[in-house]
Amino acid sequence: MSTIKNCNDPFWWTLFGAGGALSAMFVPVLLFLTGVATPLGWVEGPSFANLSDVLLHPITRLGAFALISFSFFHWAHRFRFTLYDGLQLKHLYQLIAVMCYGGAIVGSLVAGFVLW
Amino acid sequence: MSYTLHHPKWHRNAKPIFWWIRRWAYIGFIFRELTSVAVAYFAILLILIYRSVQSGPEAYAELLQSLSQPSMIALHTVALLTVMYHSITWFNLSPKAMVVRLGRWRVPDLMIAGGNYAAWFAISATIAWLYVAG
Repeated sequence: MSTIKNCNDPFWWTLFGAGGALSAMFVPVLLFLTGVATPLGWVEGPSFANLSDVLLHPITRLGAFALISFSFFHWAHRFRFTLYDGLQLKHLYQLIAVMCYGGAIVGSLVAGFVLW
Repeated sequence: MSYTLHHPKWHRNAKPIFWWIRRWAYIGFIFRELTSVAVAYFAILLILIYRSVQSGPEAYAELLQSLSQPSMIALHTVALLTVMYHSITWFNLSPKAMVVRLGRWRVPDLMIAGGNYAAWFAISATIAWLYVAG
């Protein structure tokens, strides 16, 4: 009997969980500030000099990289099962898994490349 | 002795692609799963922010310009509501995924979820304060 179960599931689930927790904590406020409040003029964003000081600090870079990378893996895991269950694409499970986790790996590499 | 492996065809009822549209709970489930798209979108946005900041003030000003287009504000409002749904469903589920025991006492679900909400609020307030003060 073929099942979708594979032996790496706990590994991917851990990345999914880390990304879910980090993004749940940090993304709403960051998206609100950068994507909604500042463009609408509700708040004035930091000056470029201050912003680049904070963002380019090694600890911030490390945190941002963790947030970005785990968020991608969170997406990969959820989106994978949404395609399986939501769209009934269980027969494509290998292709979907490769595309989702592969996308997350490529995204993390791009993030590492840009951030350093 | 040799066996011939027999692979029976399992009987399955064909399920329509949009099976989840029939009930609100199912739609909520699919929507919760799709919040991950907004999460990944923000990860891309954060990479773009980093790239512009590293390129210098002009590139950053250009990014701010494009972020203030009405279509982008609309997109980000939808994305914001989506990631908030992610946060709320995540914190509500956290007691199920994380059973905390102190000795023989199991920490009540409400306290675990409450702790998550408190951390969420503290982190959000701190970041907002740093952002506005900066």
